[in-house]
Amino acid sequence: MKEIALHILDIAQNSISAGASCVDIEIMEAPDKDELIIVIEDNGRGMTREMVDRVSDPYYTSRTTRKVGMGIPLFKHNAEQAGGSLEIISEAGTGTRLTARFCRSHMDCPPIGDIAGVVSMLAGANPGLDFKYRHNIGKSEYVFDTKEVKEVLEEVPLSEPTVIRYMKEMIRENLADLSDTL
Amino acid sequence: MTKVKSLADLKKMQDQLRSNISLREKSEHPEGLVQVKVAMATCGIASGAKEVMEFMVGNLEKRNIEAVVTQTGCMGYCYAEPTIEVKLPGQDPVVYGYVDLKKADEIIEKYIKLGELVDGIIPVNYETID
Repeated sequence: MKEIALHILDIAQNSISAGASCVDIEIMEAPDKDELIIVIEDNGRGMTREMVDRVSDPYYTSRTTRKVGMGIPLFKHNAEQAGGSLEIISEAGTGTRLTARFCRSHMDCPPIGDIAGVVSMLAGANPGLDFKYRHNIGKSEYVFDTKEVKEVLEEVPLSEPTVIRYMKEMIRENLADLSDTL
Repeated sequence: MTKVKSLADLKKMQDQLRSNISLREKSEHPEGLVQVKVAMATCGIASGAKEVMEFMVGNLEKRNIEAVVTQTGCMGYCYAEPTIEVKLPGQDPVVYGYVDLKKADEIIEKYIKLGELVDGIIPVNYETID
């Protein structure tokens, strides 16, 4: 994984498999503290304490199709390599919150990548779910919420290819403005 | 075309989107659509499944093929990622492995448009071998 956006796509799949109806994605860039924090939170079925302890082990997975589970271990590795950390808080029945911290100026800090593509793809491929994406750079903030998009579009589904394209464009344009405020 | 930047811009596009949809509903039934599933687990994503998915969504639309593109998890063919499953109306699904953008293009042009099988199929259905 060369981009943080791809890790987010990967972790969000876990939330979807966990039966979440809402997935919150937060990216906080704090140039003054030299920090980049990624939070992915869902209201899925959550995990027991024992499972939380084991998910960072690449040889642990809840799947039956294969014997390894690399998603979280790779994300954790990338965060730690970039002077950061990864933490998971979860409770069975209520949901899971994953926080990854990166040192923003670290040589090994991966680029955020195509986050507009990832969020619009998640929204389009899972029209039954709600995704909220919040991105802070310093004091400026952009929030994208599929609930609002669904309200505006009424019966037009988010899975419509044209809608996916518009959502991507919308996020990309707003992020460009955010970066300009730096 | 003007750029979509806010929810209000999106709202302006609604009429156009609506007419797209009603056109389609008149012409076809959902089961008559081509269904494409892109395997989007860690293995798939790490080997480029996101690009393949974007290519499929964008190009099926551009080439006027009515299709639903969704994501699926890992099917256990991590060695052959990115993998995609393509189901043509009324036919059994076919899984393709090692799908890069060139392969994806070939799958659209040959398999989806003409029904010709393309190299790179992963045989899945050994349904009854006792």
